[in-house]
Amino acid sequence: MADTITKETWPSALYDLLRANGITQFCYVPDAGHKVLIDRSLADPDVHSVPLTTEEEGVAMVAGADLGGKRAVLLMQSSGVGNCINMLSLTQGGRFPFLTLISMRGEYGEGNPWQFAMGQAVEPVLKAMGVIVLRAEHPSEVITAVTAAITMAFQSGQQVAVLLTQRLIGAKKF
Amino acid sequence: MAKLNKLQTATLPDAVLDRRQAVPALIEDHKDFLMVAGLAGTAWELSALTHESPSLFGLGGAMGAAPMMGLGLALAQPKRRVLVATGDGELLMNVGALATIALQNPPNLTIVCVDNGHYGETGNQDSHTGLGVRLDIIAAGCGFPVVHVINTEADMAEGRRLIREGGGLSFILLRVKEGPANHLGKKNLVPHIERDRFRAALLG
Repeated sequence: MADTITKETWPSALYDLLRANGITQFCYVPDAGHKVLIDRSLADPDVHSVPLTTEEEGVAMVAGADLGGKRAVLLMQSSGVGNCINMLSLTQGGRFPFLTLISMRGEYGEGNPWQFAMGQAVEPVLKAMGVIVLRAEHPSEVITAVTAAITMAFQSGQQVAVLLTQRLIGAKKF
Repeated sequence: MAKLNKLQTATLPDAVLDRRQAVPALIEDHKDFLMVAGLAGTAWELSALTHESPSLFGLGGAMGAAPMMGLGLALAQPKRRVLVATGDGELLMNVGALATIALQNPPNLTIVCVDNGHYGETGNQDSHTGLGVRLDIIAAGCGFPVVHVINTEADMAEGRRLIREGGGLSFILLRVKEGPANHLGKKNLVPHIERDRFRAALLG
């Protein structure tokens, strides 16, 4: 399956993968890199599509969903990782399954100097808070990386981020 | 010691209720609820009130988490009533969560803010609400369909009814005096044990 995925089709295939794995709560701060996932969750009557005012709300919500026996995913941009730091003490200390997909800025080909500080800090910050970091650089890697992350989070109880890199999603044009 | 001035818009009467009586009087029989309690006072007092019920997830950190944990739980368990109890300081740290929750409008969720107007665990500094910031108006502005303020015993019966029958998402502002919360329960809330206990009791 993965070898037929293109840069046009991976976002929708990713949504199908998340739904096939029982994820029913999608929480997010809107970001262009997650547009297809957000739009499909809004159109899906079987899920809760939850826009947040700040990303740390989503960390707490994912934990609440787990208390109730449901699976959630947090979608955010790299800048949002900085807004989550202390809240990740909840997922780490509580050993909550935690899956987040992060659309990257401030790396490969970035044209906005404001994005670099947080973009470059994403991996060390997440790792410092106990979150395992996987990367997808190419459309063919997205499904395999997120499949791995789903197993690590929901079967092994880990906290896992998949970085949807700027090489994958393309640098934003200004 | 210099103090910040109270807002000129502050209009609520001085709080008269003692949380050690008011919180149990409002919640009554906790066995009806799935509960999340924020640090610090509300986690201690609900732990004491419920005799460390496994249907309570008490937070000892991650300040600002309780309302959004309640949302995730309420959406996951639509047939159960979910009660979040949190303090003014915890709620203020993530006050945008009220906007997020109101947009989802889960009918089985009640947020109770035990508002003592102070940061009781850190030296009793005035909080924003103690200086006149109105969380009830913020909740209404966010779109909570039901907002109820408990200033005195006379307001308590309606609060009890809303928690149980509600008929929709509700925000209850329980205004209490300065002073300690009941602290008879757990000495230390271990987060992964809290999680495991809660899930085992609810999900088997």
